[in-house]
Amino acid sequence: MASIKFTLNGKQQAVDVAPDMPLLWVLRDTLGLTGTKFGCGMALCGACTVHINGTATRSCVTLMSSVAGKSVTTIEGLSADGNHPVQVAWMEADVPQCGYCQSGQIMTAASLLAKKARPTEADIDEAMHGNICRCGTYQAIRLAIHRAAEIKAQGGRA
Amino acid sequence: MTTTINVSRRGFLTATGGLVLGFVLPDRSRLAAQQVGIPPANLFAPPPGGKPNAYIHIAPDESVTFLIPKGEMGQGPTTACSQLLAEELECDWAKVRMEIAPVDPASYGHQTTVGSMAIRTSWEPLRRAGAEAREMLIQAASQKWRVEASQCRAENGFVINRASSARLSYGSLAETAAKLPLPANVALKDPKDFHIIGKPVKRLDTREKVTGRAKFGIDARPEGLLYAVVERCPVFGGKVASFDSSKVKAVPGVKDVVPTSRGVAVVADSTWAALQGRKVLTVQWDEGAGSSVSSASIRQMFVDRAKEKGAVARKEGDAESGLAKAAKRIEAVYEVPFLSHTPMEPMNCTVHARPDGAEVWASTQSPTTSRKVVADTLGLPPEKVNFHTMYCGGGFGRRGEGELDWVLEAAEVAKQFTLPVKVTYTREDDTQQDYYRPASYVEFSGGLDAEGWPAALMAKIACPSFGFLRDGVDFTAVVGLSDLHYEIPDLLVDYRIANTIVPVSYWRAPGANQNTFFAESFLDELAAAGGKDPLEVRRRLLGKTPRMLNVLNLAAEKANWGKPPAGRFQGVAVGNAAGAFVAQIAEISVSRSGVRVHRVVCAVDCGLVINPGILQQQVEGGIVFGLSAALKGEITIERGRVQQGNFDTYNVWRIDEMPKIDVHIVPSKERPTGAGEATNPQIVPAISNAVFAATGKRIRKLPIRAANLA
Repeated sequence: MASIKFTLNGKQQAVDVAPDMPLLWVLRDTLGLTGTKFGCGMALCGACTVHINGTATRSCVTLMSSVAGKSVTTIEGLSADGNHPVQVAWMEADVPQCGYCQSGQIMTAASLLAKKARPTEADIDEAMHGNICRCGTYQAIRLAIHRAAEIKAQGGRA
Repeated sequence: MTTTINVSRRGFLTATGGLVLGFVLPDRSRLAAQQVGIPPANLFAPPPGGKPNAYIHIAPDESVTFLIPKGEMGQGPTTACSQLLAEELECDWAKVRMEIAPVDPASYGHQTTVGSMAIRTSWEPLRRAGAEAREMLIQAASQKWRVEASQCRAENGFVINRASSARLSYGSLAETAAKLPLPANVALKDPKDFHIIGKPVKRLDTREKVTGRAKFGIDARPEGLLYAVVERCPVFGGKVASFDSSKVKAVPGVKDVVPTSRGVAVVADSTWAALQGRKVLTVQWDEGAGSSVSSASIRQMFVDRAKEKGAVARKEGDAESGLAKAAKRIEAVYEVPFLSHTPMEPMNCTVHARPDGAEVWASTQSPTTSRKVVADTLGLPPEKVNFHTMYCGGGFGRRGEGELDWVLEAAEVAKQFTLPVKVTYTREDDTQQDYYRPASYVEFSGGLDAEGWPAALMAKIACPSFGFLRDGVDFTAVVGLSDLHYEIPDLLVDYRIANTIVPVSYWRAPGANQNTFFAESFLDELAAAGGKDPLEVRRRLLGKTPRMLNVLNLAAEKANWGKPPAGRFQGVAVGNAAGAFVAQIAEISVSRSGVRVHRVVCAVDCGLVINPGILQQQVEGGIVFGLSAALKGEITIERGRVQQGNFDTYNVWRIDEMPKIDVHIVPSKERPTGAGEATNPQIVPAISNAVFAATGKRIRKLPIRAANLA
């Protein structure tokens, strides 16, 4: 055990956990941030997606030793009150069904929009194909990403 | 602003003031229970003693909270049921909050969310509850104003005095209203006056679900929580012979290793530590007879069973003689594999067993039965178990009525600890320890008349039973064929039970999800054999089912049937699952890499629509679910073991494979049907029939693999 320091949702955080423990379980079990979900444990489904230094990352295969000194953003820290353009677009389109995968979908989409202001269909396929939604909200997700790009272009926060 | 209140539900009900309205659930139809293949004995039953239920709470701050006795696994019943209440209550929709009701059989009867029954069973009782509450509020206002109740009307959270235009808010009237007697024979609104039912109001659970605040079963974190994973026998029916936990206990964070009825649980201070411990656990299994079973041996058993005499599930005319006199006769064998449910939230359950009672957090479709399973395991009366029905991260039947194995197992583990324990399945556990969509096998014979129209059809089904037989027929195993809507003069559908070691259960549109593939594909074969257009054959045979004919014609028109873009091919299928009439036309192309689905046109008539937005979600979601079944899903068995594990070996549909889905909803005043299971069956044969159009190759076995198209 060693104390690992990193930035979590804008605040300094230190945890005493094994360095080979994945970030996912530190977030969920150690720190109680349950918005990030467990789906596969092998970076195959995207439910556990968070941002590390701004980039969408699968927390289920990200060891704590690699997180030291970095900045982690989870769904809880994406916006103060659900007003990130992706969240606003998601609410406008009523994207979620069961909702379990949606934290991961939103975090991946937010990372995509941070890099591409106006993603093409191919950009969306490329960025989002690692995020499974078993309820089949994909068509709504695609529409909502385009809408989120519009909201962002119109001044960021709706 | 609509949010769910996160307070103890029982505390909430008793501690706050305001109107708590009750009514008694009517008897549920026998048919309703049969449609989900469960005997009606304890499902949808009226509450014992007729104790009133509590559905509506109006607080002094004008907030309106609906307690919905349905689970939420994504299909939106909590919002749609709230619309039913709000419509008649005439409250301000913007002030509506929703909570999943506590488990209380005396108030709510048997709580379960299965078989696309939520709206069908709530349509009248919830509107009636809303109307009764509205009349009580009007009564309370009329007493304050000392006028006749008929002089008052309700609108948007206020009672209005027609003469003076004075207004009293529901919040100010609730306490008085709650003390009034329940009005008798309250009239329900004429559907033409609906302003919440039928509107695409936003789901009440969306904000929580886009901010990460929604609590699923797996998110339960009671004080002192321990985390467990269970090593279960990889062979179905196997048992623990012995286990060695000496290395496990040396793993940091591991607290204990304990037996369960199906395996060995490693209990730790985090899920990760429990997983590390399980890696070094050694278990000797008594695999039992199951270890000799394989997919090949199961198929051979189906083939053998199909030779045996079946129990009649449907009979029109005389299929034998119809086939004998047919101008042309064709035969074909169809089969589907086992499928896993694969909800995104793996199975899990949290139980705190205390000497005086227990507390449970579970994402379950069936809280009443789940609570009983825990109570029985812990030796407690059910009312001593405080049960939290959490959001389900997908259900699709896995979390529905049945053995509720994952709840039982969590109770078994928790019984051995004083602290609460959460048992979590890994994805591999979830895939390999499911209760599967059964593999199934059908031998078809079909006959054409001299003009080439289908005149006789025989379907011999061999399929595992879901557990309930009537006169030798498992209703669920045959539905989709037994209720064939085509007019074929000589028709026989029969069934022979073909159980295996692989546990089976309900899987979105149970029965219909495989039998619609069988029926619609073989009908296409008959059309081709008679030199007919598949659409024309269906039109001709659907003369007595006008609603099905209507959706078929609508889909054909919207899809421009017969004129697909160059290089693309169409397939059509219809079906009636969850009571809805559905037609789908798939537009595909085929290349060396396999089938690409470009577009799906779906026409649906599900009666009066409660929420077109949620219906659109369900239609799209069902189609995506069916796409996985058509083109990806296959659970295979070797040496009694499931060979698939994570999404690398059991993949599902992803966004980059998405076709454009065009949904066309038929306006209707008919009674609402279900929607959650309405559209996953037809997409499968729509695609397989399109593959035939593209390649001339008939798909008789799922999933459709590129290698089989050459």
